[in-house]
Amino acid sequence: MTTYGVIQIGIYFLVLLALVKPLGNYMARVYQGESFGLDLILGPVERLIYRVLGIRPEDEMSWKTYTGSAIVFKVACFFLLFLILRLQGILPLNPQGVPGVSPDLAFNTAVSFITNTNWQAYGGESTMSYLTQMAGLTVQNFVSAAQGMAILVALIRGFTRRTTATIGNYWADMTRSILYILLPLSLFLAVALVSQGVVQNFSPYKNVPLTQTISYDNPKLDADGKPVTGVDGKAVTEPAKASEQTLPLGPAASQIAIKQLGTNGGGFFNVNSAHPFENPTPFSNFLEMLAILLLPAALCYTFGNMVGDRRQGRALLAVMLIIFIPFLILSYISEQTGNPHLATAGVDQAASALQPGGNMEGKEMRFGIANSALWATATTAASNGSVNAMHDSFSPLGGLAPMVLIQLGEIVFGGVGSGLYGMLAFGMVAVFISGLMVGRTPEYLGKKIEAFEMKMAAIVILIPAVCVLLGTAVASVTTAGVAGVSNPGPHGFSQILYALSSASNNNGSAFGGLSANTPFYNTLLGLAMLFGRFWVMVPIIAIAGSLASKKYVTPSAGTLPTHTPLFVMFLAGIIIVVGALTFLPGLALGPIAEHLTLYK
Amino acid sequence: MTQKKKQLALFEARIIRRALIDSLVKLNPKDQVRNPVMFVVEVGSILTTLLFVHALFVPGTESAGFILGISLWLWATVLFANFAESVAEGRGKAQADALRGSRKDIQAKRLSCPERDAPITTVASPHLKKGDHVLVEAGDIIPGDGEVVVGVASVNESAITGESAPVIRESGGDRSAVTGGTQVLSDWLVVRITANPGETFLDRMISMVEGAKRQKTPNEIALDILLAGLTIIFLLATVTLLPFSLFSVKAAGQGSPVSITVLVSLLVCLIPTTIGGLLSAIGIAGMDRMIQANVIAMSGRAVEAAGDVDVLLLDKTGTITLGNRQATAFIPAQGVDAKALADAAQLSSLSDETPEGRSIVILAKEKYGFRERDIHALNATLIPFSAHTRMSGVNLGEREVRKGAADAVEEYVKRLGGAFPSDVRAAVDEIAREGGTPLVVAESKKVLGTIRLNDIVKGGIRERFAELRRMGIKTIMITGDNPLTAAAIAAEAGVDDFLAQATPEAKLKLIREHQAGGRLVAMTGDGTNDAPALAQADVAVAMNTGTQAAKEAGNMVDLDSNPTKLIEVVEIGKQLLMTRGTLTTFSIANDVAKYFAILPAAFLTIYPQLGALNIMGLSTPQSAILSAVIFNALIIIALIPLALRGVAYRPMGAGVVLRNNLLVYGLGGLIVPFVGIKVIDMIITSLNLA
Repeated sequence: MTTYGVIQIGIYFLVLLALVKPLGNYMARVYQGESFGLDLILGPVERLIYRVLGIRPEDEMSWKTYTGSAIVFKVACFFLLFLILRLQGILPLNPQGVPGVSPDLAFNTAVSFITNTNWQAYGGESTMSYLTQMAGLTVQNFVSAAQGMAILVALIRGFTRRTTATIGNYWADMTRSILYILLPLSLFLAVALVSQGVVQNFSPYKNVPLTQTISYDNPKLDADGKPVTGVDGKAVTEPAKASEQTLPLGPAASQIAIKQLGTNGGGFFNVNSAHPFENPTPFSNFLEMLAILLLPAALCYTFGNMVGDRRQGRALLAVMLIIFIPFLILSYISEQTGNPHLATAGVDQAASALQPGGNMEGKEMRFGIANSALWATATTAASNGSVNAMHDSFSPLGGLAPMVLIQLGEIVFGGVGSGLYGMLAFGMVAVFISGLMVGRTPEYLGKKIEAFEMKMAAIVILIPAVCVLLGTAVASVTTAGVAGVSNPGPHGFSQILYALSSASNNNGSAFGGLSANTPFYNTLLGLAMLFGRFWVMVPIIAIAGSLASKKYVTPSAGTLPTHTPLFVMFLAGIIIVVGALTFLPGLALGPIAEHLTLYK
Repeated sequence: MTQKKKQLALFEARIIRRALIDSLVKLNPKDQVRNPVMFVVEVGSILTTLLFVHALFVPGTESAGFILGISLWLWATVLFANFAESVAEGRGKAQADALRGSRKDIQAKRLSCPERDAPITTVASPHLKKGDHVLVEAGDIIPGDGEVVVGVASVNESAITGESAPVIRESGGDRSAVTGGTQVLSDWLVVRITANPGETFLDRMISMVEGAKRQKTPNEIALDILLAGLTIIFLLATVTLLPFSLFSVKAAGQGSPVSITVLVSLLVCLIPTTIGGLLSAIGIAGMDRMIQANVIAMSGRAVEAAGDVDVLLLDKTGTITLGNRQATAFIPAQGVDAKALADAAQLSSLSDETPEGRSIVILAKEKYGFRERDIHALNATLIPFSAHTRMSGVNLGEREVRKGAADAVEEYVKRLGGAFPSDVRAAVDEIAREGGTPLVVAESKKVLGTIRLNDIVKGGIRERFAELRRMGIKTIMITGDNPLTAAAIAAEAGVDDFLAQATPEAKLKLIREHQAGGRLVAMTGDGTNDAPALAQADVAVAMNTGTQAAKEAGNMVDLDSNPTKLIEVVEIGKQLLMTRGTLTTFSIANDVAKYFAILPAAFLTIYPQLGALNIMGLSTPQSAILSAVIFNALIIIALIPLALRGVAYRPMGAGVVLRNNLLVYGLGGLIVPFVGIKVIDMIITSLNLA
């Protein structure tokens, strides 16, 4: 680690922690219907939306109605996006004239965006029209994030309400999340990004002459578009020259803002935030990184505020940081250390004034190692999935850190709303075990944690893990699955494991190297995303309903406090142990074996 | 019998013998499937046994001996868990047998109507129905549970309570309940039978201790779900290792995929067998500990709820104070000699056989040396206490000595033309304020002074309440005294709150208020008028000496009829939950070491560099896997005593308890298997077993 890198990371955390409290409190006011300033301006808009859509925000819903509304809405979103993707060729705002996408890719992409995963088996600039990017993908970026927040708020109401059957109004929660939180923040961030050079226009792509003509070898393709191999088994190439390049343009800033804030992560361009038009400067990089963790962290404060005990929110934020920071350090050190084989070959990998040192493969020079490692861990801790460096090129342990953070269930920060509600499910398990240990029927924030809550919490923890393990198993023994792997040895296994982990936990980042735009992976990963989102969401709303119907148990000295450092450590321990026990065998065959091979 | 019960050793030979047989019987998959964790182990045992047979005929990469070793230890794991449950059940059964011995079919004398002299028909006790009346005479065994309708008798209830001193049972009042199987020692009783055959107290007790009606408690169900969830995760984590390793063999170009034997071993080591195997033993042992404390819980749910109690309602008399008030001082009125007061006080109390009256006589003797005088020799006329006059006393010729409550005496002297001195009034108020009971003594129209009666708070009770406070339990004293007196005693005893001038309605209201505030309330009671409050309370311990109504309303019966037992009941409830929680933590923490033993061994042929994970330095892959499996089985046996005895409980705040238990069972659970597996590996290696 370099001093400069450590300082940058330190500033990042300082700014983040300074912002989460005011933002968290602001959001609590939004959801509690208290005055928060913006309602004076946007209140009429909110009421107009309700009138036009026929929403009666005061109509309280049972958990089943709430779930039903959420699912109906998501199904509608799926079909809307699916149709836009299929029909974009004949729809307007398509200056490049890209055709409609294939059915399996359309399924995969629609699922990916409605589940807040934003796994991209396509390249944005070569596959999507501006209309798809804006009306299709950006809209889903907003509503999928809002859905996570709405469900979190419903769960919080479960904690705060006593012996009631209702947990709020889904449509009102969605409207308020978008109107008062996501839209203003996105607007602010988009303008800031444009100031740094992020593009925002409807122009067709531009061809510009290169300053110098480049000669290179182009693989020769046969009539079917497959590479031709010669008698020696190697690909046949033919010399080619390039004197101009195409610069992709489009309404990028408006999408990138919500992509970062809403833990979506689906890039406007193929290489995501490594692209100079998507993330041009170190400052834009800082803002985008900040936006990744901002809402998931701030929601901890919202939670503490709404349950009437701020210590509870701070404790959960502490759990997240305690798990996050060691993985960040692991990734950073591992990347800065570089490759031992290069060292033996006499390559200088030490950081100096002239070079960043370490492993710079797949990283952008303008971000360097510290910011790449920070982004990689932040984007995987939160279920964002955007990248500013290629995780496939990370060192084995540098890549293990992001993978583990995903596999922990996207609860260390996690998705907007969804991360905290997943964390609360783990909280209930921790409360249950520790509650038994102090000799009382466990209770969390005054609500007894009983068989129903345990059943639902077990499903929440179980389903993503099941999807990762089963999906990886299927992909690693089927021909179609193995065909997508580009690297031999344990790294190839890491590619599959990472892809399934990313999809099942709704992260959406890609390790890279895996050819995932095939009917097999589009379908497998699509299903993993669907199960991973909805089989977590529904049990959480069910818990909300069950908690709301319970009476409040007044805490006494015999009640286990859930805000103490001891409980924070215990909860972090439970998360790590459950995650490690589930994925250690897989990790041993992937990054751990690779690492040990490297240092043999 | 109770004495025997209490001395029941943790492992008694006859229980062990029975348990050994039972643990084999329980291998029946139909029984085993009720415990999903152990069922998985049994399936694994069967699978490895088949693999062993297969390996005998078709030699593969693994030696048949290795598979046999694994298979045997997996069977042992199941048997050990069964054994734990059988031992716990066996202890209950031993007690049930003893109880059953006291239930003999007897010939009952059924009366045609509830009168001593009504015609009698003889019927066998199992044919008695609810509402029948029976006559029980000296030497007879009471044929069934019932209520005394006529008569008074001394009854030996040792068959139920273990207490050999006979108790008095009489019609009316709070001592009217009799239990089937107990014996009338003197006199006779007419009893109305209140329970149908098979539903008697004894029947319920037997079925409870036997665990025949054992239903899983709410927390047990929730824990079962968590354990099942973990089992599914680990099942998938191990099953998917086969495809993972198939891919890796191709990718690495060497080695062989993980064998079924190793996968089964890994699975069994990972799933929470320690807690899964001991869970039902812990539950049964919890009930058993209640019985050892001479408390019969009507359900496991009640035992569990006891751990959650946060408000205790305790009757003042008998629980917080000694049953009786005692005279502690004579305070003469102005101008009256203290001796004269003591003399009059003693005279007025000679005929008073209440404990208060006796204590006045004793105090007069201790302080002023007045000997007890023969009331007949004095030629005195006794004036007994009456509810009308609210005084008692003696007439000695002209002398009319009276003692009683201040207002009653005041009225008496004023009627005779006397005055009630203001200093006596002041003394009376002072005593009341300090929590004592004032009695005023008068001779004719002259008020002589005041006797001070005090409640004597039981020794050590204050410390007990302080303990409860540390556990987060609030204590509330219930008393019929006036608020002033109650406040003084409450302060002396160190209770958190009190309810003075308590009526059954007020008690019920208090319980409901606390419950509405989200608290769990426990109380004890014996009288019929306690029944509504008992029914309302979350944990209600009825005294065995109490009425049938009280026993029906409660969810526990204290055979010793000791109201302080409530505190013990709470501790047993807490201990039950704690034992489950700590063993769950221990079980999960164990897995870390097992991974380090098995993973490098399983993948060694594919990626030899994974040998770096073998941080314990286990000698061979086979010995590593076998050691982990053996450790996993032995730890169940090692923890049976803990499961049966329960985790040590000390009254402390939740935070401290959690810290201590995490240190012992969490951290201990991480470290112990590293040591254990290494030791087993060294033994196996030195014996050349693998």
